Amino acid sequence: MAVRRLEINKCTVPGLLALGVVLALTLGTLAAVALRAEPGQGLLPRDWAAIRFTLWQAALSAGLSILFAIPVARALARRSFPGRSVLITLLGAPFILPVIVAILGLIAVFGRTGLISQVLGLFGIEPISVYGYHGVILAHVFFNLPLATRLILQGWLAIPSERFRLAASLGMAPSDIARTLERPMLREVVPGAFLVIFLICLTSFAVALALGGGPKATTVELAIYEAFRFDFDLIRASLLALVQFGLGAALALIALRVAMPSDMGAGLDRAVTRWDDRPALLVQDIVAITLATLFLLLPLGMVVLDGLPRLLHLPQVVFGAALRSVIVALISALLTLALSLPIAALAVRHNSRVVEALGYLTIAASPLVIGTGLFIITFPFVKPSDLALPITAVVNAALSLPFTLRALVPALAAVERDYGKLADGLGMTGWTRLRHLWLPRLRRPMGFALGLAAALSMGDLGVITLFADGDNATLPLQLFRLMAAYRMEDAAAAALLLLSLSLLLFWIFDKGGRVNADR
Amino acid sequence: MLTVDQLRIEMGDFSLTGDLKIAPGARVAVLGPSGAGKSTLLAAIAGFQPLNAGRILWNDTAMPNDPAARPISMVFQDNNLFPHLTVAQNVGLGLRPNLRLSTDDHAYVAQALTRVGLEGMGDRKPAQLSGGQIARVALARVLLRDRPVLLLDEPFGALGPALKSEMLELVRTLLDETGATLLMVSHDPQDARVLCDQVVLVADGQALAPVATEEMFANPPEVMREYLGG
Amino acid sequence: MKTALSFVAGLALTTTAALAADKPVLQVYAPDYFGSEWGPGPGIEKGFEAQCNCDLQFITGDVLPRLLLEGERTEADLVIGLNTDVTARARASGLFAPHGQKTDDLTMPIEWTDEVFLPFNYGYTAFIYDNTKMDNPPKTFDELLDMPDDIKIVVQDPRSSISGLALMLWVKSIYGDKALDAWAKLAPKILTVTKGWSESYGMFTDGEADMVLSYTTSPAYHIIAEEDMTKSAAIFDEGHYFMVELAGKIAGTDQPELADQFMDYILSEEFQSMIPTSNWSYPAKLDDSKLPEKFSLLGVPGKAIFYSETEAEALRKPALDEWLSVDWK
Repeated sequence: MAVRRLEINKCTVPGLLALGVVLALTLGTLAAVALRAEPGQGLLPRDWAAIRFTLWQAALSAGLSILFAIPVARALARRSFPGRSVLITLLGAPFILPVIVAILGLIAVFGRTGLISQVLGLFGIEPISVYGYHGVILAHVFFNLPLATRLILQGWLAIPSERFRLAASLGMAPSDIARTLERPMLREVVPGAFLVIFLICLTSFAVALALGGGPKATTVELAIYEAFRFDFDLIRASLLALVQFGLGAALALIALRVAMPSDMGAGLDRAVTRWDDRPALLVQDIVAITLATLFLLLPLGMVVLDGLPRLLHLPQVVFGAALRSVIVALISALLTLALSLPIAALAVRHNSRVVEALGYLTIAASPLVIGTGLFIITFPFVKPSDLALPITAVVNAALSLPFTLRALVPALAAVERDYGKLADGLGMTGWTRLRHLWLPRLRRPMGFALGLAAALSMGDLGVITLFADGDNATLPLQLFRLMAAYRMEDAAAAALLLLSLSLLLFWIFDKGGRVNADR
Repeated sequence: MLTVDQLRIEMGDFSLTGDLKIAPGARVAVLGPSGAGKSTLLAAIAGFQPLNAGRILWNDTAMPNDPAARPISMVFQDNNLFPHLTVAQNVGLGLRPNLRLSTDDHAYVAQALTRVGLEGMGDRKPAQLSGGQIARVALARVLLRDRPVLLLDEPFGALGPALKSEMLELVRTLLDETGATLLMVSHDPQDARVLCDQVVLVADGQALAPVATEEMFANPPEVMREYLGG
Repeated sequence: MKTALSFVAGLALTTTAALAADKPVLQVYAPDYFGSEWGPGPGIEKGFEAQCNCDLQFITGDVLPRLLLEGERTEADLVIGLNTDVTARARASGLFAPHGQKTDDLTMPIEWTDEVFLPFNYGYTAFIYDNTKMDNPPKTFDELLDMPDDIKIVVQDPRSSISGLALMLWVKSIYGDKALDAWAKLAPKILTVTKGWSESYGMFTDGEADMVLSYTTSPAYHIIAEEDMTKSAAIFDEGHYFMVELAGKIAGTDQPELADQFMDYILSEEFQSMIPTSNWSYPAKLDDSKLPEKFSLLGVPGKAIFYSETEAEALRKPALDEWLSVDWK
């Protein structure tokens, strides 16, 4: 590998630095909490119940998300209709939605007095209940169906259209096509997609509490919260966080063996041309797309409806908080890129899945432990409240990392595969390579990554409870303050503002990556 | 003098050995069945392919590791242009990899484009060009790189017969001007006859020493006969 | 670059302290609602700064965990917003100094003799309902338990919410050894358990639940701020769990005089008069006659159920184990 060494050195230092930041934020903060701990009670029997519940609900949530995503993705893959690309973008909205806003929307649709119960009431049918295990699963499917659909849709679009043409010329029926073309693709795409969503559901907390119906729906993250807040038992909190990492690491090991979904930022603009269409398939696809659209967009619509009346009457401070949140989100998005590009470069250059896997550590990290650890590390030197917003930006950046890496690593690998030798031969190295090759070629995935990171950062309350200084509240915190002050209608308007800004940020970046991008 | 000294490359089942010298100014066609290792040989000379043993020398000095520092210009089968850069920028990379082009540099770029018959097309993006024009841009960059060795890895494979002979003609003119040494991989023996005075045969895991083109076609060895479909 | 960026962000976005550099700064750790535009914080800050020639800063967030993490290196001069359910741990930290205030003339329903933690307001936990939809609200806790199971109630988790913890202790105090049975009867009526009070109350005002665990003073907000008379607290004969919010002075403060001055201010009429309509609770030292007129419309519990911090601390963990062992659906 003598030849590659020159370039490797240039990628290695920033890559290792970025990995160092990730490790410090995850395992480092955990170590800080554990070292600060006084003897505690260790893991309790009920913690094991929490671990079981966490695994169980994550597996079921991921499984169902995938199951429902398959017909939706298939329908989107083989139909082209006006507004298709807008619909695909909108269907992605729940994934970047702040949890609190999403729960308000879900309750407005699936709650006791929600839309569905009211419609059922017209026919004298009992209202449905969204509270309980099924509520938790419902919410997780709501959050993750868009991601699952996106990943599987990419799988469909990656099947070369020539193969469908060949299938048509051989007179294959839809079932034959499913067997020879689609099922092999799904076998490749589904395990990776399942793992990603499983990991996301692993650290869920607020969802499980609000819709869980009772303490049986206790996840590991809630148990960490209890250990920290209720008992101030840092040992137990650290142990639980370690368990959470352990679960994540075990899954990561499995992930190294299955094909991970590639290129989350890839284009989904075109539909696959099929020659095997039948009326039954058309009906099936219309039903799948309609149901998915209703399921994903009705709650959003309710958030909009509830929030509209007071939107323009919101107190000035809420708009100030919104501005602050947008700035934090922008910084956070840039930080995400500054972390993920060097890590992606390191992973691609060394062809190392381990490097990439380390970048995913944050998906299994507990935001509460990160926050507490950072607090323990920094407060002897800096006034914590001065760090409130920077720390929020950094932690949110780290939490977005798994998704941005997923978008950047395959894209960068493709760029290097196609143009790496040419650039090497011409001597394009360092900044030149970054500026004239990587940045222009990675516009789409970078736009996607920046948008995703910004949107995820907008909605996150994250770690600031220990660092907050009272005067510089972000929009989600201000939303909670409105609720705490009984101003539920203003809070609904703030939720709408939060929703709009999150979507807007995502849309601007994602669009910015696509406009005038040379293919 | 380009020297491939005791070269050995192994990748799984594939292996390639070679020990040969190419005289300065020679125009060498690299021929052989597909999968024999023609492109691998070129990649090794260009510095993209790690060697298990042996050395590549230029004028009896080992070549540097960095491909860009070697006395070589290379044109690949595809992806020779960056689609996000203009034609002029793509050519300009041959002068300044960081694209900080001076006024003089811009003038050289324009001259090179004129030289390959693309006058005034500097502002276009590669997507607006035909296959032949893309090859011309790559050759314009070769002119500016001004290296003593030119490696062509089947860059005209996708062009039609008329267009290809046009390009080979252009390469010949450029070589006449610069006196550069050429190694060209091709799957079409006719290319060798048109442009090259020597042939390096790559077959059975071996890159053989160059033989005069006339000689090769007049009296082809066994593998060559099989390859030519004799 | 990362640190530089975040540093710039910090400079750009943080406005605290810099403005009042020449004045002494009094740092008060407080729950988040003190930082809220709509809470008591802004009024208190304005009122106190008018008389102290100092800069009063509320540092908001998780008060006690933060204090325990910081230990003696804490920069806090005072802490406000603690609750008797956590003061045992706060006291055990040894970080606090006596408040030095007279507490025999407080207007609370219980006697207060603690020399370290000073009450500034109080309230009672209660279930709030919509009086246009519920004709016969329960008059005792027993009646609440006996209501049909299709009456839906939202409560908070004792592990994450102070009001949730209060409910757990409330049930324990009324039912003692039978608490588990009481929870078993309550559980089918509980729609869901939320992380904090806000989520619960939001569900209630959205009409999602018939009752919500909150405070007897909650209807005051609707009556005064919204002129909405439809929300009432169900008052139970067994009594209501008494919750008091406390302030404490940090022993190692570098502003001992300012801290004392703030303690004086807490019990002043100016401070106390702000409490009813900014924190929607009862002031610890204010004559009933000086309460907002409409507070008289609120139901008042006949009996205050109160656990001292020692009792609360001893009960907390076993009661939680019990609560978690309830058969939740």
